[in-house]
Amino acid sequence: MAEVTFRIWRGEGGNGRFEEYKTEISDGMVVLDAIHDIQAEQALDLAVRWNCKAGKCGSCSAEVNGMPKLMCMTRLSSLDLEQPVTVEPMQAFPHTKDLVTDVSWNYKAMMKIKPFKPRKPDAEDGTWRMQQEDVERVQEFRKCIECFLCQDVCHVLRDHHEHDRFIGPAYMVKTAAYEMHPLDVEDRISDLKNDQGIGFCNITKCCTKVCPEHITITDNAIIPLKERVVDEYYDPLTKLFRIFKSK
Amino acid sequence: MTNRYKTHTHDVLVIGAGGAGLRAAIEASGSGASVGVVCKSLLGKAHTVMAEGGVAASMGNVDDRDNWKVHFADTMRGGQYLNNGQMAYLHAQEAPDRVRELESWGALFDRTKDGRILQRNFGGHKYPRLAHVGDRTGLEMIRTLQDHGIHQGIDFHMEVTVTNLLVEGGRVVGAFAYEREKGRFLLFKSKAIIIATGGIGRAFKVTSNSWEYTGDGHALAYDAGADLQDMEFVQFHPTGMIWPPSVRGILVTEGVRGEGGVLKNSEGERFMFNDVPELYKDQTAKTPEEGWRYVTGDKDANRPPELLTRDHVARKIVKEVKEGRGSPHGGVFLDISWIKEHIKDAESHIKKKLPSMYHQFMELAEVDITKEPMEVGPTTHYMMGGIRVDAESQMSSVDGLFACGECAGGLHGANRLGGNSLSDLLVFGKRAGEFAAKFAKDKSDTPEISDEAVEPLASTALAPVDRTDGENPYKIQQDLQETMQELAGISRSEEDLTTAIGCIDGYSKRADNAHAPGNREYNPGWHTALDLHNLMVVSEALCRSALQRNESRGGHFRSDFPEKSEEGSTYNTVVRKAKDGSMEVERVPVAALTDEMQKIIEEAR
Repeated sequence: MAEVTFRIWRGEGGNGRFEEYKTEISDGMVVLDAIHDIQAEQALDLAVRWNCKAGKCGSCSAEVNGMPKLMCMTRLSSLDLEQPVTVEPMQAFPHTKDLVTDVSWNYKAMMKIKPFKPRKPDAEDGTWRMQQEDVERVQEFRKCIECFLCQDVCHVLRDHHEHDRFIGPAYMVKTAAYEMHPLDVEDRISDLKNDQGIGFCNITKCCTKVCPEHITITDNAIIPLKERVVDEYYDPLTKLFRIFKSK
Repeated sequence: MTNRYKTHTHDVLVIGAGGAGLRAAIEASGSGASVGVVCKSLLGKAHTVMAEGGVAASMGNVDDRDNWKVHFADTMRGGQYLNNGQMAYLHAQEAPDRVRELESWGALFDRTKDGRILQRNFGGHKYPRLAHVGDRTGLEMIRTLQDHGIHQGIDFHMEVTVTNLLVEGGRVVGAFAYEREKGRFLLFKSKAIIIATGGIGRAFKVTSNSWEYTGDGHALAYDAGADLQDMEFVQFHPTGMIWPPSVRGILVTEGVRGEGGVLKNSEGERFMFNDVPELYKDQTAKTPEEGWRYVTGDKDANRPPELLTRDHVARKIVKEVKEGRGSPHGGVFLDISWIKEHIKDAESHIKKKLPSMYHQFMELAEVDITKEPMEVGPTTHYMMGGIRVDAESQMSSVDGLFACGECAGGLHGANRLGGNSLSDLLVFGKRAGEFAAKFAKDKSDTPEISDEAVEPLASTALAPVDRTDGENPYKIQQDLQETMQELAGISRSEEDLTTAIGCIDGYSKRADNAHAPGNREYNPGWHTALDLHNLMVVSEALCRSALQRNESRGGHFRSDFPEKSEEGSTYNTVVRKAKDGSMEVERVPVAALTDEMQKIIEEAR
């Protein structure tokens, strides 16, 4: 057992300061364990969002020593414990209290994506046939646990506050999951270009780096979607064809 | 009439936004009712995301000998025939359609070679029956329901907790709640209410459940006058993580065993081969070799004993540890890496079939499951008991109050089969939604609730923050968890349970004096204090039910009555709130089976 110092952001509605807490740690502990111990013993009203504590629900997102992380999957042994461990809320969303932010914008952004629309069933009994390899490509995207860490780290949202014009990497992944779904027949390309601001992404890949589910967000989701937008709107031959067609 | 508190009016109010609540909301909303859903956390974070192995439905895609009759018989056998037969019957019949419906809403299950939904083996299921997505089936299901539901015009009230149901003239009329962020109270007026709040795992120290699972729905219904049943039957999942200490209780999916994982003691012995229960002898492999043939799809082989029902496997693990053959940290070994003896590319096969298990052990325990065994032990997982409901409609003994999913009782009897919870929430979520919407349609009046009726509820709820001094609510919760773990867990006796009831009484008094420092805004100390009442109700119900069942059956093991009794198979335990406020326990005969059901069970024996 060793005593470790945690600097935790305390305050409400954007006003606050770091406060220091010391707590005993033991083998295998993660940051969320330490937060819970501090909460139960020293700061009973310390606000923190969490649920499964197993990296599956994506609730306990925060910035640990400045890095966007799930607190439940960040082992203390991976941090330098000689220094105080800094824990603060995500920065891309309005602050609520302590480590909790108002992530409701994400749920509104999600509503902008057109829902799944399947093709007609393949078999008479109303079922479909799909091959495992076609399903797997999309299953990668469907691993998303909606932790919003990719949204938090994306400079379009975090630094440029383009929340009204850009839905963020998490929902690019969601759109990709629909667009590449073997059964889906909906068209979301014009939405991506217009309302959802795919052009804002300049492929810095920060989102991919922080994804706790290791989804290759930029390469597998965003870039293929960008290519579809380009094919639809910026292909010179198509453009020419459109000009003649409209005449 | 306008009320003092912010008020929402819905035809149907759903409390809980896991799989059952979402499926119910979709159905109710689809049949034209206005629907509100209260989520204790954010939408899409409920415990359904934790379900790993799969959803049981006898589609027969992998083994065409499977059909709903076999599923029905398996479920009844697994529940030691204390199940509500009609529920098990509907469940087995309707599960395949509910799963296919999810596919039409966008769910992407793993596939068979001919492109249909793949199904895997699981404990107690005779044939490969679980539709799955690797080992993250629950996430796929909740996301599909969430994505489908948000476009249906359902109102989601996120981070809101219901503290009381409002009942007038024997009929439920609304709910009183607080919202987490600002700590403000909300009033819901509703013609029908569906409770879908999940389990009670937080009553125990070692659990796979998150902070939310404090038995809210059970306690809300109990306080509103509804009957609870089978509360003595708690499922201790045999395989939870046990090391390091901070991850103790986190679930290790049964899918590991379904894919060929074996249990061994410290002597390297596959102890599950000793002592196979009579009920399952004919269905269990005689040798490790036969077991392996079964998991790789040999239709002539029987399943390995690791895939016996969860109650049995959990008890066997405890026995090994007690008799000194446990692993270094007090569990046993679960080994999937051994399959490299049989499969060439075992490492990538394991990573593909069990990706989140690989990830979980690598990151939390620094164990590479493709190379070394895991250390596992039992963890509190699931409450078989719950709100007593009508099999068809899911309505409780209170008019207009429905329940579905884990918080409802009846389907699983004394022990639930893996995979039957995800199918339960689909089948009975749909039914609850359908019948609640019908119920609401038949009522023309919107209920009125007076401020006077609500005021005392507000002051009770505020007491922990209004008090200037009092006890730490986390400490009371921890003490309760220690007691339940110690005295009412996997093994209980009359003496244990009597002691536990006495302790709970003491904790309840302490809870009445709990103090949460700070204000009402997002104050987890306050929320913990408010959850204590629910934990006390379910813990007491559990102990009192367990105390009167003088036998061992399914999830209930009495060290002073280690055998099954003849009488035990004839009744379900029901608890309700007596007029004087005390808890009343009654034995109620098990619902009679129809001739058809009898016949199916006989044929499967």
